[in-house]
Amino acid sequence: MSSVLYEAPGPRAKTRNRVSNILVLIVLVGAVAWLINRLYENGQFEGRLWRQFQYSSIQQQLLEGLLNTLRAAGLAAVLALLFGAVFAAARISDHKWLRAPATLIVELFRAVPLLILMFYFYFGNIQFGLGLSPFWAVVFGLTLYNGSVLAEIFRAGIAAVPKGQREAAYAVGLRKNQVVRLVLLPQAISSMLPAIVSQLVVLLKDTALGFIITYAELLYVAKQMGGRLTYGFPYIPTYIVVALIYIGLCSLLSLLARYLEGRSRRRRKVTGAPPPSAAEAATSAEAPL
Amino acid sequence: MFSVLTDNWPLFRDGFWLTIRLFLVSGVLSLVLGTILGAFRVSPIPALRAIGTGYVNTLRNTPLTLVFAFLFFGAAKMQLALPNPFWTGVGALTIYTSAFVCEVVRSGVNTVAPGQSEAARAVGMTFAQVLTIVVLPQAFRAIIPPLTSVFIALLKNTTIAAGFSVAEAGSIPAAMSERGENQLLTLVWITIGFLILIVPLIFLQRWAERRVAVA
Repeated sequence: MSSVLYEAPGPRAKTRNRVSNILVLIVLVGAVAWLINRLYENGQFEGRLWRQFQYSSIQQQLLEGLLNTLRAAGLAAVLALLFGAVFAAARISDHKWLRAPATLIVELFRAVPLLILMFYFYFGNIQFGLGLSPFWAVVFGLTLYNGSVLAEIFRAGIAAVPKGQREAAYAVGLRKNQVVRLVLLPQAISSMLPAIVSQLVVLLKDTALGFIITYAELLYVAKQMGGRLTYGFPYIPTYIVVALIYIGLCSLLSLLARYLEGRSRRRRKVTGAPPPSAAEAATSAEAPL
Repeated sequence: MFSVLTDNWPLFRDGFWLTIRLFLVSGVLSLVLGTILGAFRVSPIPALRAIGTGYVNTLRNTPLTLVFAFLFFGAAKMQLALPNPFWTGVGALTIYTSAFVCEVVRSGVNTVAPGQSEAARAVGMTFAQVLTIVVLPQAFRAIIPPLTSVFIALLKNTTIAAGFSVAEAGSIPAAMSERGENQLLTLVWITIGFLILIVPLIFLQRWAERRVAVA
């Protein structure tokens, strides 16, 4: 990485950087060794704690948990995209009676903690006997929150399309509906795709909140497994396995987002379009819930 | 409607007070840790950069609930547990949030005009001086809006502690359900409470955005 913060190192700086580098590595290796030793001393490498993963019934349970996570995330992703599209459309509407309530709803759902949104469905179900399983509380909660964030992403994407595009489309006699659908939306979606995929990573991670409202997703299953006396409460081994699964899944999606971002940047260079705007800077630092 | 709040006022008061404390303490700590990690990521030493990158990529792809679960149930098995649930909650929130602060700080460093650090280097400042005296103060102005987003998320994320027996605002519904109170009304009051806390932050963010845009 070339940085404006420091010069290209000369001979003395090179030596100094090399020495510092080695010192940092020594500290890092020391810290990792200390952690591993800590794990070892507290018996976390005992076979008894890890043996359970050999059994197919345990593997089956983990897989079931993972599938439950993916089921909730998949359905919520589809619903959130729909919600986002509908509310983004309402927010750019010319009619105030449509725009105002949509703005209010989007702002509200973005401000309320996701867990509280899930509680509405969870406790609401208990109080009124709606027959909603925790699965639906997770899915609806995720839909409302991520749908609202996606609505904002869509809206920002449409607003970021250069004004000339819109003007040209109106000039050839297209109606507003056609301008948005044929001209603005395709460009907005391709420029906002990285932000959309990043938001889906957030959605996938947040399925883990289902743990708190007793939805049997991956983390819930892990808690159950970790609490088993027969295997000496293997919390740490189980969490390590589960963390690897989560990090693997989310990293894949993050990589996809980064790939899409690189692609749209390259294309922008080729077509000579204006440099990334403030809207883009804002979405790249999207709120991490 | 009001009796739900007034009859159980101590529960709401203590819950939100704990939420605010969780928010402030982990906010300050993650700002410090995140800035240090951000400095790591722009430093000339490859090993420091690798630590920063590894930390951010791992934590950003881990559910916060898993970080909580690990600190509350796993850390004790390594005799690394923090003294009480409050500090365990602060630990989980700080570890997670600093990854996002780090990203914001790093992107902020990139917004500072190259001439600034070139001039600082020309008068003979070291990397640490360039960063702390010239670049970071200017970067912080540009990153106030995205940083506010991170803190809004942190405030909302404190509710997750409810799943781990920390009696903050998110744990009020469960306590109310034991008392046989109306849970939906409880939730409405909690929502109002969070809006009262979050809306000022949103206005701060809008204001900062306008200031940055003007400058």
